Amino acid sequence: MADGISGASGTGRGYLAETGLRSWAFSLDHKRIGVMYLYTTMFFFLVGGLFAELLRLKLMTPGPGFVSDKTYNVFFTLHGALMIFLFIIPAIPSALGNFFIPMMVGAHDVAFPRLNLAGYWIFLAGIVVVIASLVRPMDTGWTFYTPYSAKSGAAVTLLSFGLFLVGMSSILTGLNFIITIHTQRAPGMTWSRMPLFIWGMYATSVIQVLATPVIGMTFILLAAERLFGVGFFDPAKGGDPLLFQHFFWFYSHPVVYVMILPAMGIISEIIPVFSRKPIFGYKAIAYSSMAIALAGFLVWGHHMFVSGMSSVAAVIFSLLTFSVAVPTGVKVFNWIATLYRGSISFESPMLYALMFIFLFIIGGLTGPFLGSLGTNVQLHDTYFVVAHFHYTMMGGTVMGWLAGLHYWFPKMTGRMLSEKLARRAAVLILIGFNVTFFTMFILGYKGMPRRWAEYPVQYQTMHIIATVGSWVLAAGIIVMVWNFTRSLYRGEAAPGNPWGALTLEWQTASPPPVENFEVIPTVTEWPYSFGRKGAGDA
Amino acid sequence: MKEYRTYLIVWASLVVLTGLTMGVSYLRLGVGNAIVALAIASAKAALVGLYFMHLRRESALVRAFALAPLLFLALIIFGTLSDTLFRK
Ligand code: HEM
Ligand SMILES: [Cu+2]
Repeated sequence: MADGISGASGTGRGYLAETGLRSWAFSLDHKRIGVMYLYTTMFFFLVGGLFAELLRLKLMTPGPGFVSDKTYNVFFTLHGALMIFLFIIPAIPSALGNFFIPMMVGAHDVAFPRLNLAGYWIFLAGIVVVIASLVRPMDTGWTFYTPYSAKSGAAVTLLSFGLFLVGMSSILTGLNFIITIHTQRAPGMTWSRMPLFIWGMYATSVIQVLATPVIGMTFILLAAERLFGVGFFDPAKGGDPLLFQHFFWFYSHPVVYVMILPAMGIISEIIPVFSRKPIFGYKAIAYSSMAIALAGFLVWGHHMFVSGMSSVAAVIFSLLTFSVAVPTGVKVFNWIATLYRGSISFESPMLYALMFIFLFIIGGLTGPFLGSLGTNVQLHDTYFVVAHFHYTMMGGTVMGWLAGLHYWFPKMTGRMLSEKLARRAAVLILIGFNVTFFTMFILGYKGMPRRWAEYPVQYQTMHIIATVGSWVLAAGIIVMVWNFTRSLYRGEAAPGNPWGALTLEWQTASPPPVENFEVIPTVTEWPYSFGRKGAGDA
Repeated sequence: MKEYRTYLIVWASLVVLTGLTMGVSYLRLGVGNAIVALAIASAKAALVGLYFMHLRRESALVRAFALAPLLFLALIIFGTLSDTLFRK
């Protein structure tokens, strides 16, 4: 697809040549910064997962189990907060985005490399503060609802400050990406020749820049309430506890699209490559990312239907909520249309991409139950919600993330993964996931409330099934991590373009040289012209 | 030199507008007070944005990004109001 590309094959160490702590910690190379984000977020994925297993273990028995109810509160708060703020929000944008946006637009680096490094250090500083705040462990849930969070004995103020810093890093990253995409594209790469991952990341960055300040401000208000007794949220002082929820969800709903849009971008890259077909409806997929980003700002009230919100507002928010389904449906239909009559090969990135589609459809189709006012009353704060958001966040985003990791592993490390191990892990994860979380739909439908440490004994069988499922899931994750670790040292050397993809990041060596490209390529075509003679021959 | 003159003029207008806000607060206009105060404040914000923050000389794209947060502020206020106004 592009001229001026060096004959790429994977022998050198590329950007990994330099070694030593300093060469990483002070590197301005977007690839190294991306890798540092990757390790950091992956670490918190595993820690958060550990808390999940503890949660599930505790829920095996209906009565008091091996931990007190108070400790249980700490478990689900840490599980939720770590997974959301330190893993899933930064995972794809900051790690894979940093690594691949400059490469996919054919640039040497992001627009502001120093700002990029500063973003990582601010992120780390935030993490340090978050960890420091755990001297008095959090028990508020990851949503920090007032009035409890304004009064809780936990170190809410310190944690807010930590998350404030994490948010700041997120804003800087988003800003950098927007400007990179606007100014650093290789000659010939028009907007309609941009890879769809870039479109997804562009929409994501817009949300990051516009929504994150709102949560920062909310944390400041919460801190002011705790430290100085200002009555923003305390009705006794003329405040309104629902105001907190409005602010919180004005950020946190759009942020679910920060989680999912990049994953959708990854899926849009993988499906055409492994179906050997041009992507169906390129423009529709690109624009639907922007549509989702914008519509996502209008629907935050659907988290508060039973909080005592006015019924007029509830009806408006319910109506608007359904509007997000349209652009999402557009994407899913386009992926499926791309698969149709493709010559599909089932290598591990594709397996995870197909798992994404399957699980995300289940997650997506259960959304309307929660978005409708009547059913919401029955299902609110039950395990149905827990199942719904795990199908979308874990079944969606985490699968997209894993698809991306398997797809780009050869490029990032210069080594191939073991396909055999990858397949085994995928099967375990798929089975474990569904046993764990589908059970939760049923539990929720029958009325099992979430965040309860103890529960009526009639729910126990289902809880046991879910817990056993979580072990299978954990086994899958362990096999996968083993595969990554082993292949990092002993995987066979990766060629420049093992999958025969047409996007620019594959048109250079694996691992890429420090400057990404010896000569900046000139783009002459869009990156999905499979089937054209000579295109995509690996 | 011309640069500085513009800045001085803008600064002076900001001072005048501040004085105006204070002056108007002594009049009894009912709701009008809030409307006038907000109008003057918006004019001041626009001056700062256009001249001190150089938005006047920026591309349409940069201006769009600078304006977008205002829209979002309006959205939050509108959404939250739609809730409080109709609460029983
Ligand atoms: C091994 C996989 C996992 C298992 C077994 C698991 C299990 C659970 C359980 C039992 C709860 C408590 C539900 C409640 O009582 O409200 C929970 C909550 C939650 N999980 Fe997971 N989870 C897993 C992975 C994930 C992942 C990958 C994410 C995000 C990327 C995630 C995000 C959350 C969030 C945000 C909550 C809500 C916490 C709160 O209510 O404060 N989980 N999970
Ligand atoms: Cu939402």
